[in-house]
Amino acid sequence: MELNGSQIMIEELKAAGIEMAFGIPGGAIMPFYDELLKADFPHILTRHEQGAAHMADGYARVSGKVAIVVTTSGPGATNLITGLANAQMDSVPLVAITGQVATNMIGTDAFQEADVYGCSIPVTKFNWLIKDVNEIQHVTREAIRVATTGRPGPVLIDFPKDIQITNTVYTPRESAESPLPAPREYPELDTEGIDKLLAAIERAERPVIIGGAGIIKSGASAELAKFAKAAGIPVINTLLGLGGFPGTNELFLGMPGMHGTAYANFALCECDLLINLGARFDDRVTGKVSSFCPKATIAHVDIDDAEIDKRVHTHIPILGNVRDVLSALNEHLRPGDYDEWRQTWTDWKENYPLQYDWDGSIKPQYVIDQIQEITEGNGIYVTGVGQHQMWAAQFIRFNEPKTWVTSGGLGTMGFGLPAAIGAKFARPEKDVWLIDGDGSFAMTLVELATAATYNVPVKVAILNNAYLGMVRQWQELFFEKRYSHSHYPENPDFGTIAEGYGVKGINVTDVNEVRNSLETAAEHDGPVVLNFLVNKEENVWPMVPAGAGNDEMQLAPPSREAKS
Amino acid sequence: MRQVYSILVNNHAGVLSHVAGLFTRRGYNIESIAAGPTEDTTITRIVIVAIGEENELDQIAKQLRKLYDVREVEQISYNQAVTRELVLATIKAPITKRSEIIQLANAFGAQVINMTDDTVTLEASGNDHKVRTLLKAFEGYGISQMARTGMISLPYDGMPEDWEPIA
Ligand SMILES: Cc1ncc(C[n+]2csc(CCOP(=O)(O)OP(=O)(O)O)c2C)c(N)n1
Ligand SMILES: [Mg+2]
Repeated sequence: MELNGSQIMIEELKAAGIEMAFGIPGGAIMPFYDELLKADFPHILTRHEQGAAHMADGYARVSGKVAIVVTTSGPGATNLITGLANAQMDSVPLVAITGQVATNMIGTDAFQEADVYGCSIPVTKFNWLIKDVNEIQHVTREAIRVATTGRPGPVLIDFPKDIQITNTVYTPRESAESPLPAPREYPELDTEGIDKLLAAIERAERPVIIGGAGIIKSGASAELAKFAKAAGIPVINTLLGLGGFPGTNELFLGMPGMHGTAYANFALCECDLLINLGARFDDRVTGKVSSFCPKATIAHVDIDDAEIDKRVHTHIPILGNVRDVLSALNEHLRPGDYDEWRQTWTDWKENYPLQYDWDGSIKPQYVIDQIQEITEGNGIYVTGVGQHQMWAAQFIRFNEPKTWVTSGGLGTMGFGLPAAIGAKFARPEKDVWLIDGDGSFAMTLVELATAATYNVPVKVAILNNAYLGMVRQWQELFFEKRYSHSHYPENPDFGTIAEGYGVKGINVTDVNEVRNSLETAAEHDGPVVLNFLVNKEENVWPMVPAGAGNDEMQLAPPSREAKS
Repeated sequence: MRQVYSILVNNHAGVLSHVAGLFTRRGYNIESIAAGPTEDTTITRIVIVAIGEENELDQIAKQLRKLYDVREVEQISYNQAVTRELVLATIKAPITKRSEIIQLANAFGAQVINMTDDTVTLEASGNDHKVRTLLKAFEGYGISQMARTGMISLPYDGMPEDWEPIA
């Protein structure tokens, strides 16, 4: 059968089971878009390419499936870079397909030419520039395979316009033979490492588990719950690991690190065995490495060999899929006696809970608490980046994995709204709540138009403090209150803006209206923006200052600490 | 510490960008880099000499192994490998110094490949130590131009781990 390049790529995407596309067309990708009309998966036309990438990202985090993102050459493709970097940092699969100028024009500074292959090398797991129509079949398959296997990540295919319309003979193959050697094999179960860890668990007196994104990505939540409960070992979840263990379980210690719970950080400082399951020892988690878990034997299970020993020296390294390792551990588990330890951390939980003061203003934590109450932890929760993100991580108690969508590694403001839209496409039956900051929301709010056009009923709660709050907090604490360019005194009226986009918008200024407005939003059949004018100077506590050790955590503002 | 990485990669356009990009992006220090064909036309060998802490040197190998087009990474500690570098150097050589310079070149096994009224251009190859000593020896005369290929390397076949060759 004779097909052109665009048709071949679409055939391959369909064969790979792609169900969703996001993007914006332009000159260099028009032949592909023309064929996309006949593809049997939907394409969502966004308002900005960054939005398209974050939508695919949110979609993947919630569904576990990969979507494609399509843009034109030059500016369309460069607008993707933040989205790719974001997905790369958090190991989220997506396949970007970017138009490129015709092969005979490459390198001539042609109209809308950019070196997208070069630009995307550092922000993708791998990328391709197609130079021959006969490569398309192989490259498309490889792109999807690379994005979704091992440690997942974004990939990019740069697709010159002339090749999109070149015809060639196409033979759909059950499995295209690869001219390259087979992909490196999945690591075999490291039974020696597992035995070492089992022995360490039996010997330990104060063990603690830290579960990262690896739990979510490998689908290991049930195994983790079984393991922790059978052993009686408390569980900490990193920012990206939240949802990996039930937030309401008595063994749950919350999030570690810079804005972690006091009891998680105490447990890290005091434990004698740290079992890291699929977390990468990010600097926001470890604080100063030299004072991280100073008393502990450290075990680290990871699918990526390069994460082991990267920042923290590991005594028991186990290369492998977290779920497989956990099921092996569950089979042979011999827990020790941790009664005294249990008493210690239960006391910590009781004596150092997360808290906030009341002063009649709308406290951002209160809004999140109320969202938690009306959704009972069963929603999908998405955030921007800043203080509101940390409060959401602290105060939402997740019941299930894949219900928490946040930009961890890159910390991308503006991720929230498009990611929430993508999440809702992935799981339309779930209530999707975006907890956003005024600064973050403003960066990509144009995607309200996408929510309106496709009637994607996401519920947006802006915790509007008229500040780049996280920056303001650092300035207050570490720059002697010199508030350099962190204030937005003239914030727009987000409620009215929403209405302008055809989205229900409500400004909330009175703390007594918080609950009502949330219920109204929940019941409304369509997207809603709730603009909460919250207390402007609330800070996130506890806090480990940047560069300090977790043992230097400050629990509360100096004034409150003095009182209690 | 210095470490030699012998990296076998698929002979694709862009592969050098991926490898070199990894070093810049992660802040690893490259001392030299050389790439060329191998006995198999689909495979290129890239030899990189890097400097870093021991832990970092292992990290580099692990990160390299993750690259799609990388087939094999051999970490060769410096004294476990045959390493060679080619150097071309133009030495200032007024007629009065010429025979002295040529004598010195002979001592290093260097070839004279060009000569003018006041310069001699030499070609020499050797391991890192030899190349350094040679350049040091000619420094006094003045080196007006120089080009080095960067190190290429193969592991010594069949040698025990702790074997230390003399040169
Ligand atoms: C794209 C981008 N630019 C800048 C930053 C640096 N930054 C981190 S948090 C923050 C403030 C976020 O403000 P807002 O969204 O209003 O959230 P708040 O902290 O007030 O809750 C800034 C500017 C970032 N993370 N991302
Ligand atoms: Mg703000």
